[in-house]
Amino acid sequence: MLFYAIQRIGLSILILFTSMVMLFTALKLIPGDPATIMLGSRASPAMRARITEQLGLNDSVVVQLGTFFGKLLRGDLGTDMWSQRPVSQMVMESLPYTLVLIAAGLGWAVLIGVPLGCYSAVRRNSVLDRITGVLSVATISIPSFVVAIYLILLFSIQLGWLPIIGAGDSGNWKDQAIHLLMPAFALGLGWVGYLARIVRASMLEVMGENHIRTARAHGLPEFQIIKSYALRIAILPTITLLAVAVGGLLSSAVFIEAIFARPGIGKLIVDAASMRNFPVVQGGVLTTVFLFAITMPIADLLVAWLDPRVRANL
Amino acid sequence: MTPVCAQISEKPWSEPGVASATLRRLRRDPMGSIGLVLVLLILFCGIFSSWITPFDPLKINVPDRFHSPSLVHWMGTDNLGRDVFSRVIAGSRIALSVGITTIATALALGLVLGLAAGYGPRWLDNVLMLVSDSIYSFPTVMLALTVVTLLGASISTLMFVVIVIQTPAYARLTRTATLTIKSSEYVQAIESLGASKLRIIIVHLLPNVVGPLLIIASMDIPSVVALEAGLTYLGMGIPPPAPSWGRILQEGFGQIRTAPWIVIAGGIPLIITTLGFTFLGEALRDNLDPKLRHVV
Amino acid sequence: MQSVLEIDHMSIDFDTGRAPVHVLRDISLTVPAGEIVGIVGESGSGKSTLALAIMRLLSGNARVTAGRIIFDDKDILKLTEDAMREIRGRRIAMVFQDPMTSLNPVRSIGRQMLDIQRHGADGNTASKRSKAAAVLKRVGIPDADQQLDNYAFQFSGGMRQRIAIAMGMIEKPEILIADEVTTALDVTLEAQILHLLRELRDEIGCAILFISHNLGAVAELCDRVLVLYAGEVVEQGPITDIFYRPQHPYSRALIACDPARISEVTRDLPVIAGEVPNLAAIPRGCIFSPRCTLASDLCHREAPAMFEVGNGHFARCHFAEAVAPR
Repeated sequence: MLFYAIQRIGLSILILFTSMVMLFTALKLIPGDPATIMLGSRASPAMRARITEQLGLNDSVVVQLGTFFGKLLRGDLGTDMWSQRPVSQMVMESLPYTLVLIAAGLGWAVLIGVPLGCYSAVRRNSVLDRITGVLSVATISIPSFVVAIYLILLFSIQLGWLPIIGAGDSGNWKDQAIHLLMPAFALGLGWVGYLARIVRASMLEVMGENHIRTARAHGLPEFQIIKSYALRIAILPTITLLAVAVGGLLSSAVFIEAIFARPGIGKLIVDAASMRNFPVVQGGVLTTVFLFAITMPIADLLVAWLDPRVRANL
Repeated sequence: MTPVCAQISEKPWSEPGVASATLRRLRRDPMGSIGLVLVLLILFCGIFSSWITPFDPLKINVPDRFHSPSLVHWMGTDNLGRDVFSRVIAGSRIALSVGITTIATALALGLVLGLAAGYGPRWLDNVLMLVSDSIYSFPTVMLALTVVTLLGASISTLMFVVIVIQTPAYARLTRTATLTIKSSEYVQAIESLGASKLRIIIVHLLPNVVGPLLIIASMDIPSVVALEAGLTYLGMGIPPPAPSWGRILQEGFGQIRTAPWIVIAGGIPLIITTLGFTFLGEALRDNLDPKLRHVV
Repeated sequence: MQSVLEIDHMSIDFDTGRAPVHVLRDISLTVPAGEIVGIVGESGSGKSTLALAIMRLLSGNARVTAGRIIFDDKDILKLTEDAMREIRGRRIAMVFQDPMTSLNPVRSIGRQMLDIQRHGADGNTASKRSKAAAVLKRVGIPDADQQLDNYAFQFSGGMRQRIAIAMGMIEKPEILIADEVTTALDVTLEAQILHLLRELRDEIGCAILFISHNLGAVAELCDRVLVLYAGEVVEQGPITDIFYRPQHPYSRALIACDPARISEVTRDLPVIAGEVPNLAAIPRGCIFSPRCTLASDLCHREAPAMFEVGNGHFARCHFAEAVAPR
């Protein structure tokens, strides 16, 4: 089991490494002088010189690459040129908000989507199954930021029930929860549909297998068969698929945070990007890439924990 | 990625009658029919936008600003007095041209790279797959924002971003198909009879891989359109005054209290496009070939 | 003798979207308490459908068009699903053909056996566990106590089948339905399983419905035999009668074609000419007549009824008496 974990993490590290090299190379390949790009053409030569020095752009490429990785390993994501604050600090401040948003969005999607998928599989071709099928496709395809905007129109503008801006007063969890309602709903809506679909497909496959028939022949209650016999197996590929889809979750979170002005890492990156503040963009993006990269091994480990067949083969 | 199984070499897509049979089956599928209608609607708007816009989408007419929807201005006017409906129609041309061009380019590029990975030396395959996996490891929007930061927001940056994001998937599919075909007994047999690789690619590989690729590509159009709209909404995509739907949403959001119709108008075409293409793609995939359901 | 199960003129159709397929027609059989009744037939004869029908586990498109299944003085075809669930696993149990796929792969053997012993009335978890271990030991699984926490994939095919039988027997059912339980096993394992089944019957006193296409196994294990052809019972009776004095041409052909019975070295194995009829369009007359060497005009015209040949020995053939070998 340990060796398996190391293998998976090793592969992720390799991919991560390549991504970072690509990111680094990208900066080098752009036309023009990075300092000018970041500061704008009206920057004074002195400012430009300072930025160039700060970013180490005068050193050789190899030295720059080395410094880059050296800093990364120490958790140093560079310095924001505008505020002179460490990027890692800015990232750490905004990360919790994003994680909470993602947890809330994915959470309600799982709570609604998995049972819906189960029901659709068990009551195949029922009215609810058909409706869920169509709605799933619809909610998956509609962009989450459009949903968010329409939600704001209805609940904040028309009805005045919910606030738009921000994440709520820190320390006041009730206020924060209210500020989380619309963003989490918009984020999770497409995922309810997605989960319902993949759970349904997975369950249909499992329910057709011989051991389910045996369980019925033993007279087990249908609910127990669905929950402990079928779903237990069907959920495994679902976990893997979810891990792959976390990237999409992080992407959607960017839009949601921008629209609701939530101080998460998405908004941090967007604000920095609009000012072409590369160090902050780089630091933020690298963090999300890292997050995304560790979800796959985590999902694999979770599956291994749940599936004794995988455990035995390790 | 979705596995492509050996069946891909059994069902030639160039079979006559596949298209008309598909169309017939599509008409019977309610979701497919709706999708087809919506897609045709958007295509119509995109192609004929110059002729069907009642007003000039870019013409600023400040005295006429903030008219709510009426018989003259079907979707009202925005903060600069421009007719929203015309802007929406013009936006369809932007959305479609960006979407279709970038995906077509990514398809072509992916095809070539996939073939190279499948048929070329092992190290090339490894490098290409490593690069492709690394691109995958970036959440889409993050990658887009990074590139926009480096290159500045413009329509060419946007298209570049989309191509970079979409190509790996197509390359991978082509690569898998190539590897499958390469090792199939049939191809090994004709290779030993002297058939050149080029001939194998053109006659045996391409007809079978083009179909699934097209279906996947058509299902990527909604996400590309959504990405473009989203980035433009954030100010990172197509610069003003081009009436991209994302631009309309952005301007409308600023006026959401006083002129909510703008934002509603901006969202509707996005919903129609994404729903339409997705419904159509789903119906195509379900109806085209049951065996293909494992492929696509 | 008390019969524990009686099937009374049962017919079952499958709805396919086109014409319905008449899978079972006018099946009548009696399972005396504590007896081992064999059901033989080739693939497609309806053996498994019969078994699943008793358990009411047929797929959604199956329809019982006639008949009753009497168990415990009730027609179980008319029971509610809840009532049927009470019976399954506890009073009528079933063991399936493929041991590799019929056990849940991610749930330990012990937990599955605990699940079967539902209704807490019978003791707590510990006592249920020891009961499970005892049954496992009885079927020949070594270290039964530890093995309870293992999973199906950790056992070989033969062991899995024993475990499946243990699960079927744990609640001491009145009938155990064994659907081709030895078909996927090699000869040695098969012999062990047959032996096990007989022992269990002797100990617990349950009846066993042994479904197989292996005549040898049936001959070794069963007290009574039913011969099924294309959805109809063509012959049934005590084991010695069926094997030594078969009355139906199909039964005689089956026995003659059994490779184990070939006495002289030959290139060509005996076969029954022709094919199984299309069950969506049942021909007139005797179901076996297209392939029967003795078929007469009467056979093609009129379907025979079950004719009692001897004591409890029935055959569905116009020549039942006339063709009896002496």
